[in-house]
Amino acid sequence: MSTTYPMVRVEKVDKYFGDLHVLRNVDLEIQNSEVVVVIGPSGSGKSTLLRCLNHLEKIDHGRIEIDGRLIGYREVNGRPLELSESQVAKHRRDIGMVFQQFNLFPHLNALENIAAAPINVLKKDRNAAHAQARELLALVGLPEKEQSYPEQLSGGQQQRVAIARALAMEPKLMLFDEPTSALDPEMIKEVLDVMIDLSQKGMTMVVVTHEMGFARAAADRVVFMDEGQIVEEATPEDFFERPKHQRTKLFLSQILP
Amino acid sequence: MKAWDWPAFFEYLTSPFLMMGAWTTIWLTVVSMVIGLVLGLITALMRLSGIPVLVAIARFYTWLWRGTPLLVQLIIIFTGLPQLGIRLNVVQSALIGLGVNEGAYISEIIRAGIQSVSRGQFDAARALGMNFPTMMRVVILPQAARVIIPPLGNNFNGLLKTSSLASVISMEELLRRSQMLTQVQFRVLEIFVVAAIFYLIMTTIWGVIQGRLENYFGRGHAASARRTAKAVLDEQDAR
Ligand SMILES: Nc1ncnc2c1ncn2[C@@H]1O[C@H](COP(=O)(O)OP(=O)(O)OP(=O)(O)O)[C@@H](O)[C@H]1O
Ligand SMILES: [Mg+2]
Repeated sequence: MSTTYPMVRVEKVDKYFGDLHVLRNVDLEIQNSEVVVVIGPSGSGKSTLLRCLNHLEKIDHGRIEIDGRLIGYREVNGRPLELSESQVAKHRRDIGMVFQQFNLFPHLNALENIAAAPINVLKKDRNAAHAQARELLALVGLPEKEQSYPEQLSGGQQQRVAIARALAMEPKLMLFDEPTSALDPEMIKEVLDVMIDLSQKGMTMVVVTHEMGFARAAADRVVFMDEGQIVEEATPEDFFERPKHQRTKLFLSQILP
Repeated sequence: MKAWDWPAFFEYLTSPFLMMGAWTTIWLTVVSMVIGLVLGLITALMRLSGIPVLVAIARFYTWLWRGTPLLVQLIIIFTGLPQLGIRLNVVQSALIGLGVNEGAYISEIIRAGIQSVSRGQFDAARALGMNFPTMMRVVILPQAARVIIPPLGNNFNGLLKTSSLASVISMEELLRRSQMLTQVQFRVLEIFVVAAIFYLIMTTIWGVIQGRLENYFGRGHAASARRTAKAVLDEQDAR
């Protein structure tokens, strides 16, 4: 038996919101250090897929393994049994997530935002957590902003702090849900640069984005979703130059100039 | 008899008997508020837990206590319960009566405060691996506090005054002591004006403390916090 497993394994996953079938029999494998960009029309289930990967949403059928471990469930006699809230929380420690709206904690300054989870979840020593937070702020290019509250930062700066906050948990996998969609054009690059830097350091990343530049520069693979299904998967080059499916071609013709 | 007796007025104003009554009002209010806060927080979390039994218990409690007069609750606790063999002394009855009543109202305030925090904050906290208690303590309640503190402060102000209802079960707080004083000294107007002044001093000092608390919990929300607080107050005044 092989002892290696992919970082992400999604098998036959279905997800409903009431009667709405949001994910339809989704299969996806992502290897260690791979960067996968997910694109697709609005409402196609991209965010939902991402939120299932860290069990912010429950799946209705199928299974999701992260780094070889079933997420949100344990298996009893071959049947999945949902874990308690606090056990799910433990699974999520290894999975960082970055949101379109940043979702920084407004009552904490940049340093405290980054150190909050290491201190309160990993029970890290306060000084050590703050030292690590300072390093991460330097990494995302904001060493002078540690005392700033989110409302005192620009959108691009907030998103970079949010990335640092996720990295502070030393995740194995990073999920990005349209990290630049809420940003003014001039701030998009500073965030993408941090993400490209991260990908070059070998981080496994799943990125929902419409930034084709990022996909070309950093992605190993592009996944196209439509109506809850994965329609096409390809390298960025093949995907943009030689799309196979009609739906992909239609979508690309709509978003590319 | 003179229309207004200044010497008597000043005598009551410095009366240790009334001052001790006012002191009783203060600690009665503070302890009842603490009981109310604990019960209110527990009840609010029960309401939001999504666990049917807990939700039902929490709803029943707020429904019953908010739907009946405090005066009736106090009389039932002090004069009614002994019939069932449950004997509480005056202080216990007053604290339980005021505290449990306050908890029913506070739970609604806390619940509204928690619900005012955006979904994204819950998502971010969960995504960082926080469990429910950690998420509440580190992320949600500090933000909810910004919305909770102003109406909570108003409730404390209200409780300073409604604690006078405990006089009917012979709790010797400020109002009761004022009434007792009128039994021996007949300057009724002077005595109750002094009582009113004492209440006014207490609520005014509280107002100052409340302002400080609101500023503290509004940090990181410099302008928006004050707007929110004011909107909540205006809304309460409108009701
Ligand atoms: N919590 C929810 N309750 C009910 N329906 C939901 C919920 N979240 C998403 N949906 C629905 O599920 C479908 C997929 O939503 P999702 O957010 O995953 O799409 P998306 O591909 O991320 O779209 P966008 O590009 O607009 O972000 C949509 O029809 C959406 O309205
Ligand atoms: Mg989305």
